[in-house]
Amino acid sequence: MRGLLIAGSAEATEATGARVELDAAWALNPRVSIRPERFGALAYHFGNRRLSFLRHPDLVKVAEGLAAADTVADALRAADVDPARWPAFRRALDTLAASDMVVRRETTTDAPSDLDPTESASPPKRSVP
Amino acid sequence: MSETTIPVAIGRSVPSAAAQPPAATRSLTDDFKLGLEAPICLTWELTYACNLACRHCLSSSGRRDPAELTTEECFGVVDELQRLGVFYVNLGGGEPMLRRDFFDIVEYSTAHDVGVKFSTNGTYIDAPAARRLASMDYLDIQLSIDGATAAVNDDVRGEGSFATARAAMDHLAAAEFGAFKISVVVTRQNADQLDEFRAIAADYGAQLRITRLRPSGRGADTWDELHPTQQQQRDLYHWLLDRPDVLTGDSFFHLNALGSEQLSGLNLCGAGRVVCLIDPIGDVYACPFVIHDEFLAGNVRDEGGFSGVWKGSELFRSLREPTSAGACASCGAYDACQGGCMASKFFVGLELDDPDPECVLGHGEAELERKRAAGELVGVGALPRPGQDHSRPGATVPVSIGQRPG
Repeated sequence: MRGLLIAGSAEATEATGARVELDAAWALNPRVSIRPERFGALAYHFGNRRLSFLRHPDLVKVAEGLAAADTVADALRAADVDPARWPAFRRALDTLAASDMVVRRETTTDAPSDLDPTESASPPKRSVP
Repeated sequence: MSETTIPVAIGRSVPSAAAQPPAATRSLTDDFKLGLEAPICLTWELTYACNLACRHCLSSSGRRDPAELTTEECFGVVDELQRLGVFYVNLGGGEPMLRRDFFDIVEYSTAHDVGVKFSTNGTYIDAPAARRLASMDYLDIQLSIDGATAAVNDDVRGEGSFATARAAMDHLAAAEFGAFKISVVVTRQNADQLDEFRAIAADYGAQLRITRLRPSGRGADTWDELHPTQQQQRDLYHWLLDRPDVLTGDSFFHLNALGSEQLSGLNLCGAGRVVCLIDPIGDVYACPFVIHDEFLAGNVRDEGGFSGVWKGSELFRSLREPTSAGACASCGAYDACQGGCMASKFFVGLELDDPDPECVLGHGEAELERKRAAGELVGVGALPRPGQDHSRPGATVPVSIGQRPG
């Protein structure tokens, strides 16, 4: 049985990941570039050179929607993911977190205005060296 | 000199935690066999010029080709790779640092979201060059040595080349470049030095990367002498299983037929599906090991450019169609080894659906012997030759293929 995601590790050092809690704010790492493919998407981390396969279009939607959502749960709802599937998605996000593909945001989108909103609230962009 | 690299670990590293519905119905390998929208990465040999004349050079490099892509044309290729979302390129040659615009091309790529990994023999990495390289982001370096000692290395790569490569490593270390890669083609002569290579890498804080020798380029003439023995292949399989930190460019997947445990990485031939080669004059081939008209898909100078070739080439389309196991259909190991390497079969005169000449179960050797005896080898008496030969006259020792010892 195949899952939602397969993470690459061959060319990277071991990264430590945090657990992705549903009520926390997360975002795609700005150094990660996502490229759509027929099976979902490829995600490449320009920092640690890891490649991951997002093997379902819904997972791509969730990953890309994290930054604009207050919580992971909001991102799952925004992507119309059936709550019955949330555990699988959370495990996939855990795996992405372990390879630094998604990162925890310290603040939510309604953060105090003195913070630079581009830090956390803008949609993920292809990283520019 | 550089070759296919797919920095992907699947197999053992598949996170079991992710194995939950909604599950994809096809395996990832099956997805990849159908081809991607664009390569994950591709090899781009920037020049056929080389100061060395390695006996196994897969691109038969030596002399610069006057039709080499210009700087502007190279920038145009990078623009296109950026549009396609190609994550990074493996620059090679020849010796890519021989191009006067080498740094311009590297800097243009990394400034346009295309990461760079380049392969070099190290000749032109002196102290200033090492400092310049260390100051750049999104850059990986692969330094080639093919022996852990000067004697073994220089026999293949030329007198003094081991000391030159070590000096380059010293410069990179002094400039605090970080973890560069030491790239080794596994041969019969160096297969017993793998632990020594690993120790050299550890000394520099570098990563060891080993890849498979193919009978491509000048390697066609030296393959019989250089390719590892069956015992060495068995030892290599277990050595790699025990050392997941060693990179392989996923080039040893044919060894998977040796046991139930799979080497980490993508278990398939990526030619024209997830990788390809752009050669110095812009020709696009299915992979770095098949510089031959039969695997020529087009040219980046064609109307439609590289994208047109990747998406529209008849050759690439045919490589993305389901393949038959051919002569391997009755072998229980086919799922594990996928029939091996297309390039290896082609340049020894086997059919593409024959067993790999280095089949670890011996089917390839048997088929080679049978076909040789029966006069059935493809192009017998005139085995396929590389489509581009830029060897400098007299620079290498010609050995005629087909005269296998024993």
